[in-house]
Amino acid sequence: MMRYLAPLFAFLVLAVFLFVGLSLNPRQVPSPLIDKPAPEFELYNLHEPDKLFSSKDNLGKVWLLNVWASWCIACRDEHPLLVQLAKSGIVPVYGLNYKDENTTAKQWLRLYGDPYVASLVDPDGTVGIDYGVYGVPETYVIDKQGIIRHKQIGPVTVDSLRNKIIPLIMELQEQT
Amino acid sequence: MMPQYFLFTIDNREKIAGVLVCLATFLLFSGLGWAQEAYKEAVPVAEDPEVEKRMLILTEDLRCLVCQNESIADSRAEFSNDIRRIIREQIKANKTDAEIIDFLVDRYGDFVLYNPPMKATTVLLWFGPLIMFMIGLWFLVRYLKMRRVQIEEVRLTEADEKKISAMLNDKTESLQLQNSSENLMKQEKTMGGKHQRTSEISTNENKGNKI
Repeated sequence: MMRYLAPLFAFLVLAVFLFVGLSLNPRQVPSPLIDKPAPEFELYNLHEPDKLFSSKDNLGKVWLLNVWASWCIACRDEHPLLVQLAKSGIVPVYGLNYKDENTTAKQWLRLYGDPYVASLVDPDGTVGIDYGVYGVPETYVIDKQGIIRHKQIGPVTVDSLRNKIIPLIMELQEQT
Repeated sequence: MMPQYFLFTIDNREKIAGVLVCLATFLLFSGLGWAQEAYKEAVPVAEDPEVEKRMLILTEDLRCLVCQNESIADSRAEFSNDIRRIIREQIKANKTDAEIIDFLVDRYGDFVLYNPPMKATTVLLWFGPLIMFMIGLWFLVRYLKMRRVQIEEVRLTEADEKKISAMLNDKTESLQLQNSSENLMKQEKTMGGKHQRTSEISTNENKGNKI
């Protein structure tokens, strides 16, 4: 009996490993920054170049930091959702304008809508690297204590908003 | 006369060879053109060769998160350019290698390291191959032991020996031999599978004798 079951068992083990392995997305590198304080930064606002924004200003509220660029094609996919999210007033959305040109960035926002409370200009990507950005778009959920609670790698989708991001924001907003 | 549209006539061969040579030369040079184009895109090397050398040694063991199967030293992705730039800056700021690696691990996790540290989460990565090897070894030893039991030699009885020597010595009377070998085979059938080996021997000898 064992002699017939052994290969079956070996196959099942192999199948489970392959199934788990193949269903993982190698592009989704887990961020070590989850549940760690969001790196602090001071950057200029795209629309008000004389105004410096500090990440500390947002302590005490739950906010989204969306990394975007006008050269990023996938950003166009998620952008309508961000505009809608901003309109709903659930959560303030801040943009990190990553390695972009100011003029094209402004054009892009005029064309596709501007969901951002402020778009912070990170021309050489230094702040991006502090946040572990390795692709655009990425979106961070930051809580009242300034701790990163979630990182969305790639564009936000209806699915990820509905099932993960919005419930998480609701939960975080109830905390003091 | 061959029709005009048939290319491979003997008269045309030289022409075709000429065309092929031209084409090959063209392809070769256009290839060089591409190579030069690609060379132009390369990021200029840092002014300080010492910094560059250290940076390259460090980035050899770092994974480019965008391309994933290339090291940061090899990759031409924008991401790797940035990381190389940051490493150069940190080297110039007199940071140690460990500090620079820590800086990157803090931001991108162990995933950037091609040489991951030993941790609870990486135990399987480190010892998995060894475990697999041990399992394989266990199966092999078990199989070899079982095999030894299975092929235990069966002693020939005296009667068998006699028959065999009779068969071997008696080369002239092939008819009789055939009869006797048939008898032997019949006998074996009734005796069951245990005498497999002797039956093999006898049939082989049988074939040899027939020739």
